[in-house]
Amino acid sequence: MKPEKKAVIQVKNLKKYFPITSGSVFQSQVGAVKAVDDISFNVYKGETLGLVGESGCGKSTCGRTILQLYRPTSGEVIFEGKDLSKLKKKELRKIRSRFQMVFQDPYSSLNPRATVNNIISEPLKIHHLCSSSEYSDRVSDLLKKVGLNPKFANRHPHEFSGGQRQRIAIARALALNPEFIVCDEPISALDVSIQAQIVNLLEELQEDLKLTYLFIAHDLSMVRHISRRVGVMYLGKLVELTDREQLYNNALHPYTKALLSAVPVHDPLLEEKRKRVILKGDVPSPANPPNGCNFNTRCPIAEKKCFEEEPAFKEVSSGTWCSCHFA
Amino acid sequence: MLEVKDLRTIFTTQDGEVNAVNGISFSLLPGEALGIVGESGCGKSVSVLSLMRLIPDPPGKVVGGEILFQGRDILKMNMNDLNALRGNQVAMVFQDPLTSLNPVLTIGRQIIETILLHTERTKEQAHRRTIELLKMVGIPEAEKRLTDYPHQFSGGMRQRVMIAMALSCDPQLLIADEPTTALDVTIQAQIVDLVKQIRKDLGMAVIWITHDLGVVASCVDKLIVMYAGQIVESAPLKEFFANPSHPYSIGLLDSLPRLDSEIHQKLNSIKGLPPILVDLPDACPFLARCENKVENCGIKNPQLRQINSNHEIACWVDIKNGKA
Repeated sequence: MKPEKKAVIQVKNLKKYFPITSGSVFQSQVGAVKAVDDISFNVYKGETLGLVGESGCGKSTCGRTILQLYRPTSGEVIFEGKDLSKLKKKELRKIRSRFQMVFQDPYSSLNPRATVNNIISEPLKIHHLCSSSEYSDRVSDLLKKVGLNPKFANRHPHEFSGGQRQRIAIARALALNPEFIVCDEPISALDVSIQAQIVNLLEELQEDLKLTYLFIAHDLSMVRHISRRVGVMYLGKLVELTDREQLYNNALHPYTKALLSAVPVHDPLLEEKRKRVILKGDVPSPANPPNGCNFNTRCPIAEKKCFEEEPAFKEVSSGTWCSCHFA
Repeated sequence: MLEVKDLRTIFTTQDGEVNAVNGISFSLLPGEALGIVGESGCGKSVSVLSLMRLIPDPPGKVVGGEILFQGRDILKMNMNDLNALRGNQVAMVFQDPLTSLNPVLTIGRQIIETILLHTERTKEQAHRRTIELLKMVGIPEAEKRLTDYPHQFSGGMRQRVMIAMALSCDPQLLIADEPTTALDVTIQAQIVDLVKQIRKDLGMAVIWITHDLGVVASCVDKLIVMYAGQIVESAPLKEFFANPSHPYSIGLLDSLPRLDSEIHQKLNSIKGLPPILVDLPDACPFLARCENKVENCGIKNPQLRQINSNHEIACWVDIKNGKA
């Protein structure tokens, strides 16, 4: 890691448990879903950190907890020296303009009754960033920036296709000139030919506006394309965090290896030659994770130690972190 | 075994007639696996639903063409013949296993029902056969799980149940409509492997519909690319990936990042959006997004033409040689 790298966000031992309650009137907590369980990492200025994992592994919860859309159960999220998880509501609202989110489903993340103009100018109004006479100029600027015609400002979301809606959502996220954007599966609801358009747009914007992304996705080939560093999550924990080249050429954790080999390659000749590791079984419930290493139920190389002792998330070599006894 | 000739399906809407499937033809040999690839709204699901006559009428209607299954035209069959065919000789697996299984019946009952309906087996034999099937698709403790309800299974397991049900009457043709789209990659790999294995064991023909070129690359013999209700390219699998020839297929392959490729800076996306399928003019549907267009493209919709053995494209331009 080069010394001049500046961390935009530092996540330290972040935990988010959702309570499981029973009883209809007097509810008592009977357990907890450990959606995010003790995660630590940094996001450096100007980079794209990819976060991958299967559904239910806690990657979206992690993104939302960082932005304080869920308040964490414990742990710290440090942004410019301040711990976001300790901030009061008012202070948090002020600082919220500096980080934004793009959601997965552009059909449900845009208010169907508001015009594009309303949608994009709302954050401007809330944070009083410009006078009301400047709203429409700013909105056209933003629409141009995301490749939409400014004439569309008076239309409603239903008049747009999925890819165009995602562009509107990106314009809204950019309205406040944020430094850090969490992209929560921004392309997985879109068609293949449209996905590439949105990814290209995100990359261009990053270059122009010096943005930092946390890019959450389950599509490993797209994450390889867009991210410099990649974190792999399994059952609420980070199992591996490393540079893109290292991860895709020389993955250390058995789960990462299996995940990579499960990605279909669109080339039949290569597909025939490839040796695939196919995992058995399903992901265990995060309400009741297994003892020891939490991958031990599906791991092809698990030994006695893995069922007894939880591996630490340790730095194996410079910039490469992995939690496996055998890494 | 299956021959589809000039199939046309329309939907009547307020905005006019939507030509969801616009004259497609293909054939399938016994034991062959065919992949149909395309984006959402390109008519791939509608075309196989038309095969099984599952299009809701109204608003939908198959308005033309022939579907010959072992010499008989499915479109002209009466209801009794059709019921004998569906689920028996031709079985289907849908995208979302949670909505295609009945939530208030145990999975055992749902599979046994299919077997009793289509075969002469007794209840006891059907029960035994069901356990056999569940074991074959890799469900652990099959005897116990027979009395479980669909919600007690995970997504991948549910899809296995669907496949077991589809296989219950030894179909000659299995139609899988995006069977892995709702699943995670590691589970997707399991299901693709399972279907490959079953095909090898039972020798049935498969039509696999997907939007993911990577999925079909490992499990079919030939490939059809659909765009705006039409077939734009049809080729044997290896020929397609070695020599994609329609501008849409090329664009589709270029817009996918690959795990094995060099990391390049920018993806080549296809500009613009697919056309709306109402009142299509007699022009190439890909015209507005195409970078190789010539004068002819706007005047007449190209028909499929052969460019190599078994390799057909619907395009006026010969991209490889730069000729129109």
